[in-house]
Amino acid sequence: MEYLSIIFQEVYKILFLLVPVLVSVAMIVWLDRRVWAFVQKRQGPNVVGPFGLLQSLADALKYIFKEIIIPSSSNKVIFILAPIVTMTLALIAWAVIPFSATQVLADINVGILYLFAVSSLGVYGIIMGGWASNSKYPFLGAIRSAAQMVSYEVSIGVIIINVLLCVGSLNLNDIVIAQQNMWFVIPLFPMFVIFFISALAETNRPPFDLPEAEAELVAGYQTEYSGMMYAMFWLGEYANILLMCAMGAILFLGGWMSPIDVYPFTLVPGAIWLILKILLLFILFALVKAIVPRYRYDQLMRLGWKVFLPLSLIWVVLTASYLFYFNLLPVN
Amino acid sequence: MATDGRMFWRLILKLTISIDKMIAHAIFFYTFSIIAVVSAIMVTASKNTVHSVFFLILDFISISCLFIMIGAEFLGMIMLIVYVGAVAVLFLFVVMMLNVAQQKNQWFAGQATSKHIPVGLIISTLIFFEIIIVIGGWKYKPEIFDINNSLASTSVSNTHSLGQVIYTDYIHVFQISGMILLVAMVGAIVLTFRQRSGVKKQSYIKQISRERAEGVEVLEVQSNKGVKIDD
Repeated sequence: MEYLSIIFQEVYKILFLLVPVLVSVAMIVWLDRRVWAFVQKRQGPNVVGPFGLLQSLADALKYIFKEIIIPSSSNKVIFILAPIVTMTLALIAWAVIPFSATQVLADINVGILYLFAVSSLGVYGIIMGGWASNSKYPFLGAIRSAAQMVSYEVSIGVIIINVLLCVGSLNLNDIVIAQQNMWFVIPLFPMFVIFFISALAETNRPPFDLPEAEAELVAGYQTEYSGMMYAMFWLGEYANILLMCAMGAILFLGGWMSPIDVYPFTLVPGAIWLILKILLLFILFALVKAIVPRYRYDQLMRLGWKVFLPLSLIWVVLTASYLFYFNLLPVN
Repeated sequence: MATDGRMFWRLILKLTISIDKMIAHAIFFYTFSIIAVVSAIMVTASKNTVHSVFFLILDFISISCLFIMIGAEFLGMIMLIVYVGAVAVLFLFVVMMLNVAQQKNQWFAGQATSKHIPVGLIISTLIFFEIIIVIGGWKYKPEIFDINNSLASTSVSNTHSLGQVIYTDYIHVFQISGMILLVAMVGAIVLTFRQRSGVKKQSYIKQISRERAEGVEVLEVQSNKGVKIDD
């Protein structure tokens, strides 16, 4: 019975994490469209349910009842695997996100490395989908996204090193607790900006949505997908965006910690603060989508390699020498 | 009959309880290692080159799982980030672009013998014997290998213990390996770099520092004559 109860407990915990994540992905799609519409002085989806909140559910229902078409000349196994990989990778990363000091599914030592690894694996769903479709536009989209995601991962990695220098641990809870006195967004503000822009590129959001640039590539790597498989790509993409927002909130905005350490604020559970910070970052994501025009491909590569990488490397040297000179290096 | 069914489930329960931690560990170890070995074989056996790369990725992932199982979580994660997240993506990139799949098939189907096979055989036997010597020596004469195991057993996490060793005892080796990678990178850039003439390039500084005076010219246009604006 012991083993069974352990398994049940774990399954219960996982469901308790994943169901809210999936529901919030649906809600976030609605929020994205709503913010986008308001910037352009439109109403956006406001018909289904109160304020149009159930729009995403209606869309999901539509996708479920659509036919799944598999192109006859495609590589069928990889074609079917691609959306599954995207979706799975977007969901397994949530295992290490701490919602409070104790509410975390897997409190592992190398939490931030795990997050980084999973987000860097995300490119495979896109490459597999693009290659297996055996069609020109998806292939071009996949190649673009491979180059783009690999380039921006480098600067995200260097930014993470910046934060780790100040923390002295790879555990996500330690990173949150190290921000008790001051959020890292204040001393590392340029890094926060670079992280935000790199996160846009990493999740293929506008203005860096070249892999699915509809003016050039129809829908990029998703062109041949239909029905539920297309919806899974879409869900995985938004789950990834939420994940990058959560990563930003944990690395720079103090994670589950309340903004001011005063009595009425500390009563609010950590999960609420984390969700609010994720929402704040997500609204920024949505605003950027509405405001900024798409980058050209060479400009994108130039920004990644010639601007962000040197800047973040210089900042690593600065942070390290500052911490060393003032004897602030975290030693345990 | 109903009691039989209950007996059966009780038996199953007893069995699950009797599986202790070691057996669970063994199950995971054998699962990952079988996947690793099979996918390593499939890398060379599969005819489609892109499939080979996907099997290589599967191999990397299962090996990093094995690393995590023996407690080397830092190494496992770095394996995932570096090999799977970056190197294998570039592999895929190149293989997809070059369309090597066809070439390989022709080579297998053709009658011509290749000069590469004996060289490959010699190198692989050399590597095989090296591995046998190292593992055999480590197994039977562990004292000749100067491995300091004291750090592995202490309470610090293995990221800390790695950092303590790499940046103190092995700093020169570490720096030299970094230099070698840098030289390789510079070499690749030098080999592929070529300056093409007549290519229009965007210069941000030029664009931003452009003044109205040099961009706009106001001309008096005489009727029936027109102006020549390009020069």
